[in-house]
Amino acid sequence: MRVRATHARPGSTAPAGVPRWLFVPAGLAAALVVVPLVALVVRVDWAAFPRLVTSEASLDALLLSLRTSATSTALCLAGGVPLAVVLARSRARGLGALRALLLLPLVLPPVVGGIALLYTFGRRGLLGEHLDVLGVQVGFTTTAVVLAQTFVALPFLVVSLEGALRTAGDRYETVAATLGARPGTVLRRVTLPLVLPGLVSGTVLSFARALGEFGATITFAGSLQGVTRTLPVEIYLQRETDPDAAVALSLVLVVVAVAVIGVAGHRAAVR
Amino acid sequence: MVVAGVLLLGGCGGGSDEQVLTVYAAASLTGTFTELADTFEEQHDGVEVRLSFGGSSDLATQVVEGAPTDVFASADEATMTRLTDEQLVEEPTPFATNRLEIAVPPGNPAGVSTLADLAGADLVVCAPAVPCGAAAVALAETAGVRLDPVSEEQSVTDVLGKVASGEAEAGLVYETDVLAADGDVEGVAVPEAASVVNRYPIAVVAGSEEPGLAEELVALVTGTEGRRVLTAAGFGPP
Repeated sequence: MRVRATHARPGSTAPAGVPRWLFVPAGLAAALVVVPLVALVVRVDWAAFPRLVTSEASLDALLLSLRTSATSTALCLAGGVPLAVVLARSRARGLGALRALLLLPLVLPPVVGGIALLYTFGRRGLLGEHLDVLGVQVGFTTTAVVLAQTFVALPFLVVSLEGALRTAGDRYETVAATLGARPGTVLRRVTLPLVLPGLVSGTVLSFARALGEFGATITFAGSLQGVTRTLPVEIYLQRETDPDAAVALSLVLVVVAVAVIGVAGHRAAVR
Repeated sequence: MVVAGVLLLGGCGGGSDEQVLTVYAAASLTGTFTELADTFEEQHDGVEVRLSFGGSSDLATQVVEGAPTDVFASADEATMTRLTDEQLVEEPTPFATNRLEIAVPPGNPAGVSTLADLAGADLVVCAPAVPCGAAAVALAETAGVRLDPVSEEQSVTDVLGKVASGEAEAGLVYETDVLAADGDVEGVAVPEAASVVNRYPIAVVAGSEEPGLAEELVALVTGTEGRRVLTAAGFGPP
């Protein structure tokens, strides 16, 4: 089916436009995302909402979620930025295979990540066994939650930043190096400022992913109020016994997510 | 695209004039109900029993939300009451009892032999909102001990998993779970548990499309064959 209106008139600089039929599947796809969110809002018991979201268990879960997500985002930055730079710029052998492995958490079901973490940091795990001897226990602690969140969130930062680095190219870096700047200076003064938007969006994505982490946490870290029971885990628990509380908390998580994405969008627009 | 998707989905369920009976049962009934469902299918030609196991409260919530179910078996009476109160199920029948036991990893690394010993071990229990957790709270009250768990899990199978993997040093699960774990965990009997017994009720779901078949399945579970299978798995009489 052709739509005449989309043919640009001779001499006009109007954009090519969008074929009208495209709006049908586009609308359906958008509805698939939007309608459930509307359904969630409709289901909220507004009279009980303040009481439900300010219960001690809810506040503990929200605070724990924000605290652990912030920590794991910081860890993602500390490790992910160097990793992305190495992947984008280094010509060392085997980086392609390493990149493929690092992207795995993006496509793995989180519960698989949780099992993998269990056999790494668990009491009888690859590293956990030795940590246990030293008196360090990771399982059932907030550290376990942070590890699970970092595991699933790290690839988001690396992918965004590496993409930005490749798009930016290395022309300016080459010029700076020719002018006598040392690699450290080039990285700090040229490379990172150049990819700042990619870095910001990667950071936001990591934070959002960490905030939503559930599968790996419940498999690996456990579920205890104020220690390991993050907001998604609390929602899952409440869903069975107090669906109204689960809906109210879900809305809180949606609002936090919207706020995070809004902040990122705003900052990107300002730039 | 959407039409194709619907056709694909439709295609999956097709090809049968077979009657399907859907049974929701507490996670602790996994072994026994799988066996009883096989027996039922053998006795009823052209009937397929679909089993869904999970935490009782989770399953009850799904029934409330209108999940197409024919029979519901819960691990405690409180959860079943949620459904009888809303007239979502027919009159329930108690068919088994179970009591808590301490499960420890093979070799009992923390040396747990009584409820009081749990204070010194990494203990995992069910969350108080689910039947096995409610039973754990009741047991602690009866015995006059304070439980200080490192994690409160969603279902008894989650607790069992944490103990079997050695991640937790002790867990409170049902006696039958320890038997079913078949050596993955060791059981430590708790005399105090005798006074905190979970009674398992089973009921036909009110909206069942196969009420006759559902009644027959309930009769199988509550009858002599059900009694034999349940006893062999360690369940007590109702």
